[in-house]
Order: sequence, then structure tokens, then C-alpha cells
Amino acid sequence: MDTLLAANSLAEYLQTNGVPFFGPLDESTAMIFAAVVHVALVGAWFGLPAGLFIWAERKISGRIQDRLGPTRCGGKFGWLQSLADGIKLIQKEDLVPKDADGLMFRLAPYIVVVASFVGYIALPFSDGWAAMTLDVGLFLTLAVLSLEVLGVILAGYSSGSKWALFGAMREGAQMVSYEIPMAICALCPIVTAGTLNLNEVALLQSGGAWNWNILHPFNFFAFFVYFTCATASCKRAPFDLAEAESELVAGFLTEYSGFRWSLFFLAEYASMFLVSGLAVVLFLGGWDDGFGIITAIKTAFPDGLGNFIANVIGLKVFLVKSSILVCVQIWVRWTLPRLRIDQVMTTCLKYLIPISCFLFAGTVAYPLVLAKMFGQTSIIGAPAGERLVQPREVPGSTSLESNGINPAGVQVSTASAERSQP
Amino acid sequence: MSTAEFILFWLFAALTCGGAIAVCVSQNVVRMAFSLVLTLGSTAVLFLLLGADFVGATQLLVYVGGTLVLIVFGVMLTATGPFTRIKSSAADGILSGLIGVVFLFIVASTVTSVDWDGGEGVAHKIAFGTHGKAVESGFNPTQQGNTTRQLGLSFLSLRPDRDLNLGAQPASSKVPNTAPVVPGAPATGMPGVTSPSEPKLSTGYLLPFEIVSVHLLVVLVGAAYLARTKRRTKS
Repeated sequence: MDTLLAANSLAEYLQTNGVPFFGPLDESTAMIFAAVVHVALVGAWFGLPAGLFIWAERKISGRIQDRLGPTRCGGKFGWLQSLADGIKLIQKEDLVPKDADGLMFRLAPYIVVVASFVGYIALPFSDGWAAMTLDVGLFLTLAVLSLEVLGVILAGYSSGSKWALFGAMREGAQMVSYEIPMAICALCPIVTAGTLNLNEVALLQSGGAWNWNILHPFNFFAFFVYFTCATASCKRAPFDLAEAESELVAGFLTEYSGFRWSLFFLAEYASMFLVSGLAVVLFLGGWDDGFGIITAIKTAFPDGLGNFIANVIGLKVFLVKSSILVCVQIWVRWTLPRLRIDQVMTTCLKYLIPISCFLFAGTVAYPLVLAKMFGQTSIIGAPAGERLVQPREVPGSTSLESNGINPAGVQVSTASAERSQP
Repeated sequence: MSTAEFILFWLFAALTCGGAIAVCVSQNVVRMAFSLVLTLGSTAVLFLLLGADFVGATQLLVYVGGTLVLIVFGVMLTATGPFTRIKSSAADGILSGLIGVVFLFIVASTVTSVDWDGGEGVAHKIAFGTHGKAVESGFNPTQQGNTTRQLGLSFLSLRPDRDLNLGAQPASSKVPNTAPVVPGAPATGMPGVTSPSEPKLSTGYLLPFEIVSVHLLVVLVGAAYLARTKRRTKS
């Protein structure tokens, strides 16, 4: 399976079989077609959660506050409320304040949207189902996530309003600090897995819930620290100091209206799903269902339709897990009061960073201690080397063998096990 | 190099240069910072196009996500007016323009002295090797993001992607540590120490790379000078 681009398989298909009226395509055309299809898929998923989760947010917040939430638009449960919101927002006038820096003011929402969209390229939705399976997947995702703050700062600065400027400065201070514990905690499962490739991290947790990283004692706490920081990185309450509607009117959003305002929200909900998806891949087993069903199907049907069906089930499992985490974020937002800015900084610098450093050191030392004391590197679940179910053919396997790594399946885990020996 | 790759390379190369020019032309500090985002982000994409995923991601994380956020943050903290502008006099403009042109000539002469493409385009060479067979050392084949080592070595004037496959001559089995002997290429070291029996080695980009580093040093000195004079005039 060539995992450089998921588009590769589609491109190869177009090259060999061709399209109905045009016949086989040449390489670059097929590549462009395949890329367009995949961008459309990821783009659809970028837009969809915004609509879905805005509805969910309205409904959940209504129930938490003992209200009904939307009930009229689109049937009994107000299914079409997000669509109605969207139509209303697009109709509004696109205002630019007199004091604003017009170009930057207009550009800022697009920076935010592009940053959170690009974050999706390395996220695997099911085994191999990622726009791009990179060896540095997590690293690239974290790098791209850190760009989002730039758009927010520019939005606040170019608005020419002191409320917006206050919001942007808070956002800058908050994000520059919260990136650190978030990255360190995301590194804990990476150390356990021994690879930065998100697809392989999830694959190493397949086979049942007992293999999930969250059952690793240090990763268990790292998950909660990561999730806290992820909530902060999405500017969600109790960390929504950049908006803080009771103090700063609407923070960096004060001067925005209409479509540009809705772009910020599109990006916010998309990045909520993105960080939740990352949490699922890193800690909660990715597309693994927890009972070994998908693994059993894959072992029974290593390729063809059975494998495809297993992947579709995995996709649904992944989406359900991530949506549950998004709902937790919504739940937290409507139950916890907003922190003050000094409390936000204290939480990060005095508590989360030391805790995450301790967890990281613990994760590194844990397999060494276990191997010394019990002779195996895990207590719960199978040792990492026995978890991979199917042999994964990597193109250019000669280079793998020349490095003394067996290409038949256990390469990642063997490498990590070798690395963990003192 | 496929068509799509070719188009993408020129698109992002143009964005890189356009952003760099916009940094010089613009007077608004925040707009300059945004133009830098364009330049550095496009550079990251160029690295990704070369197959060096790790370098590209690092470029994004360190420069765009870290340094630029700090710059914008610093501007917001220190700005006196709503939108900080840098106005320079005509004399300053002429002087800096002259210095810039001199530096441009230095860079241009070093850059053109390098044997950039031995027939097929340098990007393709670095990414896929000379004979369609890349020097593979590491976990994945070259197409999957394993070009970082080759990129780094070519900045040090070593071109294993070309030279390791040079042929059966015993002299070429050593990794070239001495000067490349392509005539008219002043890239590194001492020319003329090799005998004609040794094969021609390709040149790398050490001299342009070092010249750019010296530029950075000049910029650092200038920035420190500007910051200090500003403080003196205030107090």
C-alpha cells in the first residue's frame, strides 16, 4: 500500500482504467483529478461538522440551561437551524470599519480557515484513509495548528478597535503558552508508539480497547492535559478570553459581521473536530472499535471488499468517538464559568507545563522500568509488536531490509522496542 | 518533473519572491509581517515539494507559528499609534537601495556559478536522484519524505545524489570531501588538487548559502543599531 497520498490509488486507477469517455489519463492529469476528489472530500468534512455541531451546541446548551433549544426550523428538533443561520449570515452586509486596515481585516478570516483546513491533511479517518500519510504527520499538524493564532491576532489588530486589540493580545498570550503543554502531551503517545506517523500510531492501538494508549498510566493523564489545552487552543470556554463577550463586547470578533464572522465559526468548529480527532488517534485507539471486531474482519479478509467494509466501519467508529469528544467540549463550555486572564496563564504556566513535563518523563521511563522489572514493556494489552494484524507492504522494501527492519508488519514496533532498550 | 509539480514549484517560488518584495515595499509593520508569512509559508511548501516533510513542517512551526507570532505580538505591545508605519527619508532609500544592489550582485554571481541543473531540473534531482534511483538511506524511500539528508548535504556542497552513482572508478567510491572540480565553479575549497583521472564531482550550494548567512548577520547588526538609536532619541 503506497501511503504517500491516498490520492495515489485513485490516480493509478484513472491511469490504468481511465474515465468512461476519455480513456486512460496521463500521470499528471490523473493526479490532479484524484487530488480534486480528495480535496472535495476533506472540504466537505470541513464544512459539515460546523453545521452539525452548531446545531448540537444550541440543542445541548438549551438542555443544560433548562430550555428546549431550536424547535421550529426543520421539524421537531430544529435540524435545519444551522442552515437558517448560514443563510441569515450570508445576507448580511460585509462591513469594514473606517479605522480598520482594510486588506488585513478582510484577509484574517481566510488565514484562520486555511490553517484549520490544512490541519486535516494528515488526520487519518480510517486505516490509510488520510489525505496524506506523512512520516511527520503529528508534527505537521501541530505546526499548522499554531498558524491559526496568527489569523486571530491579525483580525484583532486590523480591526482598529480596542476591544478587538485586547482580545487579540489575550489570544496571543494564551496560545503561545498553551501550545507547549499541548505539544508535550501529544508527544507522550508518540513515545509509546515510536512513530510520528498518525496512521501507524492508530494502527498500533488496534485489536481491542486494552491496547489503547489511554490505558497506559502516563498517557491516561496526558490525555486529560492534552484535552484541556486543546479546548484552550480552540478558544472554547472556559478559555474563551479572546471573545469574552461579557467583558470585551465580542473580543476579536467585535467588528466582524456576515460571512467573514461565520468563517471564524466555521474554523472554530472544524478545529474543535480536528483536535478531538487527534485525541482519538493518539489516545483512544483511532478507528478501533474496542472489541477487536474490525481487526477480526481485517484478519479474515486481508484485502478487497472485506477490508473496505472494515475501513468504513472504522471510519464510523472514528467519527463517533471524535463527535463524543466535541460534545464534551460543548458540555464543558456551558457548565464551567470563564477564567480570568491571570488564572488562564497560571493554569498553563504553573500547573499544566510542569505536569506535562513530568508525564513526558514518566512515559519515557515507564517501558524501561517495566522491562527491567517484569521483562515486558506493557502490563495491560499485548506488547506493541504483536498488535499489527496485517503485513503492510511498503514500497522500496529493499531499503527497509537493508536497515535490518523486517517489512512484514512489525517494523514500527520492533524499532520502538529496540529503541526503548537502554 | 511532472507538470503539476512544475506548476506548483513556480507558483510557490513566485509567492516566495513576491512576499519578500512586499516586505521591502510596504511601510506598515503588520503588513510586512503578513508578507513574511507568505514568504516563509511558501518556502515551507517548496521544502514539501522537494520531499523534505520534516524541514517543511519545522519551517512552519518555528518561523511562521513561532517567530512571526512573536513579531506581531511585539508590535502590538510596543505600538504607539493604531497602525505603526515606518517612514524613511529619500536619502535612506537611495543608500539602502545601493547596498541592496551590491548584495544582489554578490548573490547573483555566486548563484549563477553553481551548476544548478545537470540536465533535468534541480528539484527533481534532489528529490529523485540522477539516474531515477535515489540514494536510499533511512526508513522510507525518497518519495516519502527522505530527502532531508540530501538537501542538507547539498548545502554543504556534497551531492551524493549525483556523485555516489558516478561510476566504477575507485576514486569515486570515497565520499567527496575535497573540492568539486567543475571548471568555473568556485563553490568550495581549493581547485586543482585533483588529478584528471578522477571523475568530475557536482557542486553544491555552500557559497550561496554562506553569502545568505552573512546577509542575515548584516540584518542583525542593522536591527540592533536601529533599536538602540530609537531608544536614545526617546530618552
